[in-house]
Amino acid sequence: MRLELVKRKQPSRAMLYLTPVFSVLLTMVFGATIFSLLGYDGPGAVWNIFFVPALDPNKWQDLGIKAAPLILIAIGLSVCFRANVWNIGAEGQYVIGGLAGTGVALATWQMEGWWILPLMCLAGVAGGMLYAAIPAFLKTKLNVNEILTSLMLTYVSVQLLYYLMRGPWKDPEGFNFPQSRMFTDSQMLPEIGNSFVHYGVPIAFLVALLAWFILSKTVFGFEIRVVGAAPNAARYGGFSRPRTIWASLLTAGGLAGFAGILEAAGPYGQMVPQFPTGYGFTAIIVAFLGRLHPVGIMLAAIILAISYVGGEIAQSSIGLPNAASGLFQAMMLFFLLATDILVNYRIRFSGVRSGGAA
Amino acid sequence: MSDGATSRLGLKGITKAFPGVLANDDVSFSVAPGEIHALLGENGAGKSTLVKMIYGIMQPDAGEIRFDGELVHVASPKAARAMGVGMVFQHFSLFEPMTVLENIALGLDEAISYADLEARIRQVLATYHLALDPHRIVATLSVGERQRIEIVRALLLEPRLLIMDEPTSVLTPQEVAQLFDTLRALAARGCSILYISHKLHEIVELCDKATILRGGRVVAECDPRAESSRSMAEMMIGGSLKEIEKSADRQFGAERFIVDSLSLEADDAFGTSLKDIGFSVRAGEIFGVAGVAGNGQNELMLALSGERPVENADAIGIDGNPVGTLDAEKRRRFGLCAVPEERNGHGAVPVFSLSDNAILTARTRKNMVRMGVIDAGLAENYTNEVIDGFDVKTTGAQAAASSLSGGNLQKFIMGREIMQAPDVLVVSQPTWGVDAGAAAAIHQEIVDLAARGSAIVVISQDLDELMAISDTMAVMNEGRLSRTLAVGEASVEEIGLLMGGVHGDPEATADYTGASHAA
Repeated sequence: MRLELVKRKQPSRAMLYLTPVFSVLLTMVFGATIFSLLGYDGPGAVWNIFFVPALDPNKWQDLGIKAAPLILIAIGLSVCFRANVWNIGAEGQYVIGGLAGTGVALATWQMEGWWILPLMCLAGVAGGMLYAAIPAFLKTKLNVNEILTSLMLTYVSVQLLYYLMRGPWKDPEGFNFPQSRMFTDSQMLPEIGNSFVHYGVPIAFLVALLAWFILSKTVFGFEIRVVGAAPNAARYGGFSRPRTIWASLLTAGGLAGFAGILEAAGPYGQMVPQFPTGYGFTAIIVAFLGRLHPVGIMLAAIILAISYVGGEIAQSSIGLPNAASGLFQAMMLFFLLATDILVNYRIRFSGVRSGGAA
Repeated sequence: MSDGATSRLGLKGITKAFPGVLANDDVSFSVAPGEIHALLGENGAGKSTLVKMIYGIMQPDAGEIRFDGELVHVASPKAARAMGVGMVFQHFSLFEPMTVLENIALGLDEAISYADLEARIRQVLATYHLALDPHRIVATLSVGERQRIEIVRALLLEPRLLIMDEPTSVLTPQEVAQLFDTLRALAARGCSILYISHKLHEIVELCDKATILRGGRVVAECDPRAESSRSMAEMMIGGSLKEIEKSADRQFGAERFIVDSLSLEADDAFGTSLKDIGFSVRAGEIFGVAGVAGNGQNELMLALSGERPVENADAIGIDGNPVGTLDAEKRRRFGLCAVPEERNGHGAVPVFSLSDNAILTARTRKNMVRMGVIDAGLAENYTNEVIDGFDVKTTGAQAAASSLSGGNLQKFIMGREIMQAPDVLVVSQPTWGVDAGAAAAIHQEIVDLAARGSAIVVISQDLDELMAISDTMAVMNEGRLSRTLAVGEASVEEIGLLMGGVHGDPEATADYTGASHAA
């Protein structure tokens, strides 16, 4: 007996939808095994990380709050990835968006008005776009690989954050803690009803629906798909690759920046050095787990949000290390990439072939 | 088998299946020592698969291969070479920045010193009267010379069977004549040659015997010298060949498509720059562009279609409108449609549905877009019209382009452009890799479009094709376009000389030029 991979005549649609499910299931099985071998309660870890947050209605608000930035960033990344533009620097664009919005908040300190919050959001989007414009410029003008530039710019953004928090933007009444002033009521995202859920959460889901419409129904969406799938055909169809690179990076940067300011004006209510929590990187997993499709991304963001919330629960309930949820997230991407081969190939078990001529 | 003991190569019952297709079905034939044996068949007839098994790239599912009467298992190309089988592929595997000598050394299974290798190469070159400088950089060589490297590489091993896969598709008529001399000399020394081609007049001229494959099976064996190109073509396609219907008294209208002083720098080191190209095409006229591949045809195609706009707007004019600076989509609004040479990934997106592929180029002329939103219904209707109008065999408008055979996809792409009723149509290699039936249908559609008053440019390496369908033609050589010739007046020899004669061998070209002047 041996295992053979046989190429399918057409990519399997069923596998396209099933492999993300497989990868989550495999992650649970392997996660349970790994943590059991490490001496923890493995099945308990999986139960706490994947099921408790989903089954406990008290945790659902948390899930929404964690899912919102993931959705926004992953939507933008999916536009890039579909166009074959490998923007790995959403984390940096998210930080710069948050900083740009914070800049407006600090400038409007002691002011009041309905216009302040929209202006902060606008600044957030613009900040993210500007930061994504750097790799776009370098790629289209100098043919510099965007993977390197966008990733390295992330670390630059974090250093800028640290500088601002310890220097010019340090709260003068903050007992020398490296953090900005608290935002005022005019600068904070309001919460919906008497929940903890801020308005950024429904906005993120609306953005996903809008993205679905644009990607599947418009010429812009078509352009993104063609440039990614076949650059020569795109040029033949009259689409410009540099224009697509700019458009996709600006979209991704804008959405990551928007997520940044929503996070700063929402859950944080100020800017702190701990602001970058890896949403920009986790969103890469979300984008692929969601098959670069807006609806899939919404579902994948909820799953990843579950793993975040579940990771916190598992820390307190069974003493799992902080890194556990990162490990589970990485496994999900790993298994997704591994099972992806089933979309184009099927597995065949075959006996040893008899040699010689008949 | 009675001839099993004497034949150089004997195949018996060779069968090879791929998912969904039987590529070779019980194929048997034999090649005698010193015989030039043609393997004929349309694309997809199973020639390549068969040859790959003889050369050890694939193993047959069933059947036996005998070499000099001995049953062999060809495990790999290395094993095939050790046995005395050489192969010259249609696509060369050469490193362009390296010299001829270095390239040959890289391809050898044994390690010998450069000095010894060069001596052996020079000996082979002398024996077969081949012109090639071992110290030239490959990037500076013509396609014909590059092929000579591959031939020398094969001859160094003193093969007893040489497989040539479509060797003449990139050569000028003069280079073809030179290649045939080499092959005949080789055969005279006892080396058998398995010659794969679909160019029938070459086989009539060169080969002693032909085996014809269709749908993976041997359908006929014949002596090409006793057959005509037409009779072999009909055996190949298994039906009668359709003539192109072209009205004899066709009239040309006003000049619709004018190219004037078109120059364009190559965008990479191995491309060809276009130099001062000028021609015009009248309404109803089919203008052919001949030439050996790599002489700027790709660049010309990109410049004409708008994929690479030029700086001078007046360099290209459609019905008096300067369009030189416009991209492909804007040129389409002025009535220029195009079909590039490569279907997969250029003319069509393989992973997209046919309907999405219709959107790719027909969205503007067929009004599929309103306020930036695509009307998928209109796209699907148009796709179905193309499928019906051009007899495209597919499961429907939502089938992926990659699921279509080469010929069907080409018919779809041609149909997609022609049904947009273009004023100017630019087509590159319209029947490349397409079976004879589909090729005839495509040729007829091009002729019919011209009859409706469009101006058409056909860029092709297939001289027979251009002679058959075009009214006027010119030849590309090293980025320049020759003067326009009227088809019918131009002889193949003259066109061959315009193509560059024997590339890289000025003496031979001079000989031919002298000969043609003397004649």
